[in-house]
Amino acid sequence: MPGVVKPDEHNGRWIVDDPAAGVFKVNRNAFTSQEVLELERERIFDRAWLYLGHASELSKPNDFLTRSVAGRELIFNRNRKGEFQAFFNTCPHRGAQVVREPTGNAISFKCFYHGWAFNNNGKFATRSTPGTYPESFNCAGDVDLPKVPRLESHRGFFFINYDVDAEPLADFLGDAIQILDIVSDHSPNGMEIVGGTHEYSIRANWKLLLENSYDGYHAAETHETYFDYLMAELGPETLADIKTLQEINRAHTFPKGHAFTEARAPWGRPVARSIPTWGEEGKAQEAAMVAELNERVGPELALRIADRDRNAGFFPNLVINDIMAITVRTFYPVQPDLMLVRSWALAPVGEAPEARHRRLNNFLEFLGPGGFATPDDVEALECAQRGYASAKFAPWNDISRGMLRDQPRADDESQMRTFWREWNRRIQGGR
Amino acid sequence: MIMGDVMADAVQRPRTRADYEDFLYREAALLDQWRLEEWFALFAPDATYEVPTFGKGLDARPDSSLFYIADDHARLRHRVDRLLKMTAHAEWPRSAHVRMIGNVRIEGGDESGTQVMCSFVTYRSKNNITDTYIGHAAYTFVDEGEDLLIRAKRIMLGMNSLQPHGKISIIL
Repeated sequence: MPGVVKPDEHNGRWIVDDPAAGVFKVNRNAFTSQEVLELERERIFDRAWLYLGHASELSKPNDFLTRSVAGRELIFNRNRKGEFQAFFNTCPHRGAQVVREPTGNAISFKCFYHGWAFNNNGKFATRSTPGTYPESFNCAGDVDLPKVPRLESHRGFFFINYDVDAEPLADFLGDAIQILDIVSDHSPNGMEIVGGTHEYSIRANWKLLLENSYDGYHAAETHETYFDYLMAELGPETLADIKTLQEINRAHTFPKGHAFTEARAPWGRPVARSIPTWGEEGKAQEAAMVAELNERVGPELALRIADRDRNAGFFPNLVINDIMAITVRTFYPVQPDLMLVRSWALAPVGEAPEARHRRLNNFLEFLGPGGFATPDDVEALECAQRGYASAKFAPWNDISRGMLRDQPRADDESQMRTFWREWNRRIQGGR
Repeated sequence: MIMGDVMADAVQRPRTRADYEDFLYREAALLDQWRLEEWFALFAPDATYEVPTFGKGLDARPDSSLFYIADDHARLRHRVDRLLKMTAHAEWPRSAHVRMIGNVRIEGGDESGTQVMCSFVTYRSKNNITDTYIGHAAYTFVDEGEDLLIRAKRIMLGMNSLQPHGKISIIL
């Protein structure tokens, strides 16, 4: 039957997707296979939009930072005019990493190996004795710092794409772009990355962290000790509240593998949901923020910003969790069973010191490798990875939860199914 | 005069480096043995326990920079409570650890207490993997009668990332 996709081409090898039966399974070899990792590098990481950094990290003209994105060392900088650019951090001469500081401000870059220099637009700027190189040297720009093929941004979130023919960033993100808008609208003054990066690795496949980051189902079980702590801080009346929260507990999925969950959790939100431990002063400050939000963005969006918690996963590897604080998190595979993780805290520019204090307190209580929750996530992911050694005899992960529900919930698994369908489409060669 | 100095010392005896070393060794032993209640009792009621991200030293403040850990006394209490539960999954079953303390020196003293610095190496072993944490620890000590109490403990990691550790699930 021409025109009909053979079932085994898109269904059955890595995922089993049977909406009628309410069954969705993922083959555990997807987490362990070197062949899969090679396909992911070629068909996902070399073609999808990948998060690079936030504009606030380069606040002045000529600022730069170096960052590894999907295994490639990059320079992210601004030139004299303040324009944002991304280069591969490798000397066109013999390949050495040209910039070796994590951040700085510079109008030129010089490779320490043989002294090749470049201005901060990447242009070759090395003088040589006449006759050393031909007249035509660098006429084609081939000894300029190589530019990353594509660099685009939305509301200060910069993404790169290694595929020069990739669709525009806005088309790739589609309606999931609202998440970038919502976190950017927390403040009338814009948003910034707080100084400091959480850098860690997890001995597990990178896809497990995307699943984990918007997995409402695991929270109560894996993070029991965090919720014990929260209950002790907030008092018993919060428990009753949690039951009413079920009504506003949804997952939203989008084309191209993006999804977010939206719910209402018991913790305080620095913008802008006070909890008793923040006292009368905190309550008044948060109320003033709600009033400002209502005025600026209207009551509907103000309610979502102030009083709803969102865990967003952008295909393939960007997480923006707008929960008890905002974290921006990205991660890459090194091996099938090892990923590198970078995460940052995003906060309003000019945030009042007390509010910033509440935010960072909240952040550290739950998030990051020293928090009361993330270490247990790391343990869970590594534990799952060890389990996949038995994939030959126990081959499938079950991702079916809530598949037959009309309106998927944050503690169902539709967000992960959305990721896996896009992953599978691309792994099969789809653009 | 000599006699007078000795008398003065008896009233307000300055502690020697060995006194602080003894304290730090005992603290390390309590942590190695997971005796966290006894360890928590070493802290003054206004104490802090902090681990900044790499490159941030003594000047960094947890209300303006992102730390890994920034506990006040109350949250440290919760950290201990959490780590004593079997539901602290990262540490149940428990890891084994060994702490080495060295290069202890008294840096000075002011109204906040006595500042002591040391270097540390902490090994944590679980699931057949041994991770090594290294760095410097800055302490502020205060006297509580005959005893010393920790008023501040800041761990300045000597590693530019938590690779391959992935977490700080133990107390450093």
